[in-house]
Amino acid sequence: MTIIELSAGDTAWVLTAASLVFLMTPGLAMFYGGMTRAFSALNMMMMSFAAMGVVAVLWILYGFGLSFGPDVGGLFGDPRGFLGLSALFEQPEALYGDNIPVFAFVAFQAAFAIITVALVSGALADRMKFGAWLVFTGLWATLVYFPAAHMVFSFDGYVSGKGGWIANDITIGAVTGAIDFAGGTAIHINAGAAGLVAALILGRRIGFGSRPMRPHNMTLVMLGAGLLWFGWFGFNAGSALAADGTASYVWVNTLGATGAAMIGWMLTEKLRDGRFTSLGAASGAVAGLVAITPSCVAVSPVGAIAIGLAAGVVCAMAVTWKFKLGYDDSLDVVGVHLVGGLVGTLLIGLFSVDDGLLYGHGPARLAVQAVGAFSLMAYSAVVTAVIVLSIKQVMGLRLSSADELAGIDLAEHAEAAYDLSNVRYASYPGLSHTVVVPAREDFSPSATTTTDLGGQS
Amino acid sequence: MKLITAIIRPDKLSDVQIALAQHQVVGMTISECSGHARQPGHNEVYRGAEFTIDFVLKVKIEILARDAAVDQLIAVIVESAHSGQVGDGLIWVTEIGQAVRIRTGECNAEAV
Repeated sequence: MTIIELSAGDTAWVLTAASLVFLMTPGLAMFYGGMTRAFSALNMMMMSFAAMGVVAVLWILYGFGLSFGPDVGGLFGDPRGFLGLSALFEQPEALYGDNIPVFAFVAFQAAFAIITVALVSGALADRMKFGAWLVFTGLWATLVYFPAAHMVFSFDGYVSGKGGWIANDITIGAVTGAIDFAGGTAIHINAGAAGLVAALILGRRIGFGSRPMRPHNMTLVMLGAGLLWFGWFGFNAGSALAADGTASYVWVNTLGATGAAMIGWMLTEKLRDGRFTSLGAASGAVAGLVAITPSCVAVSPVGAIAIGLAAGVVCAMAVTWKFKLGYDDSLDVVGVHLVGGLVGTLLIGLFSVDDGLLYGHGPARLAVQAVGAFSLMAYSAVVTAVIVLSIKQVMGLRLSSADELAGIDLAEHAEAAYDLSNVRYASYPGLSHTVVVPAREDFSPSATTTTDLGGQS
Repeated sequence: MKLITAIIRPDKLSDVQIALAQHQVVGMTISECSGHARQPGHNEVYRGAEFTIDFVLKVKIEILARDAAVDQLIAVIVESAHSGQVGDGLIWVTEIGQAVRIRTGECNAEAV
């Protein structure tokens, strides 16, 4: 008979952390929703909410198996043994590693899958058909995220004997396996690359670059950033999969890097634009969270501050590239997540206490990190391009320009985000008081002079 | 001296603003407003309950102009706010009895 060694403390922490990570997606909905214009806030939030629904179901049906099932070529898991999680349900006490139930791990990783898909939506604001987004969430989770999670998060000898190639197989010198503790590569580089490619195929919003698109609710952005930071403690410290010393110092590293990144972004803005902005503070915090995600386990608290500061400064500069290069990455998924993910993943090569350059070791760690990061970036970009082009071919991606100008909330959801009017001028259909008169004959302003003002004398 | 009032599509405001600035219009008042003429409103749905909103969101522009400039400004607005679809809006002109610039006390034509 097997002795069950389950740790109640570890299990309680991992389930709590899973719930914290889950809260990040509604937080992201607020962060993104506040940054859009008022007439598309609901659609922006719905893109995140839809990811919560679609990915939750797919994760249970086959996503967990595709991510953590028996290895196929280092690229993805064989889902057949995990369909519907039925086999696991036969033995709910089965352990992941030696301390928590596999189901706790399933729950924790589900929340990761959800937020990764939701992150991509920030590049696609205001203009994508909602049906096309729903199809995208399912296809992208299946073909991009689940394999990426396998490559980066599936370690040899846990759920299955052999895991993914980025986590286990990249060997340069004495260093084997890229470090991506909580998902700088699998989540942020992945979502950032996908956002860039999808935004390029979808095209720019009407007026991008020629008319400013002002965030409609900065307080909602600050609230969303706060919820992201709060949830991120579960994201990083929960990735220890135990309530132990590692989880604890990772928590502190997450705090330090985020604070430093906020300071770095605000100082960059002060020097460049003349003001400390609240959007800069919120974005800097998120950039720091992104950069410390892969690196939090490998660096000292002071190293975490250095990585955060670098991410804050670099990302503050990266978010201006879209205007120079002309791609409409609407809410800066590239500038914050792709660039921040790369900064955090690569700087492990410098700041890793065990094998980093600044601690007197060779460049092997940096090289392993670079191979992992750029391989996954290329994989994500190519497969995303295939998915988005296919959807464009089959069902179309873009809203009509009339709907885009009138606002995507009305066109796609038949709702308005805000009704702050006390006039209450809605009626039920059929009780309308409007007399609809047919339009008169055509008219072209250039062919007409408008001097006859009739009633004027 | 006259008051030009124009009701236009919200997404044409930027075009109208640029066109008026190119014709040396130095000031205007705008307000968001809702109303209807021939353009149908839209429906919204909340938990299966369908609402009709007859009143369409518009922008109202008000410009005080000297008599001699009125015809040209109307032509500029018509040209820049025109899309050819139902709902392009209306312009009307009213006579203004008196206007005073608060800072300087200037009256009427000097004030605008």
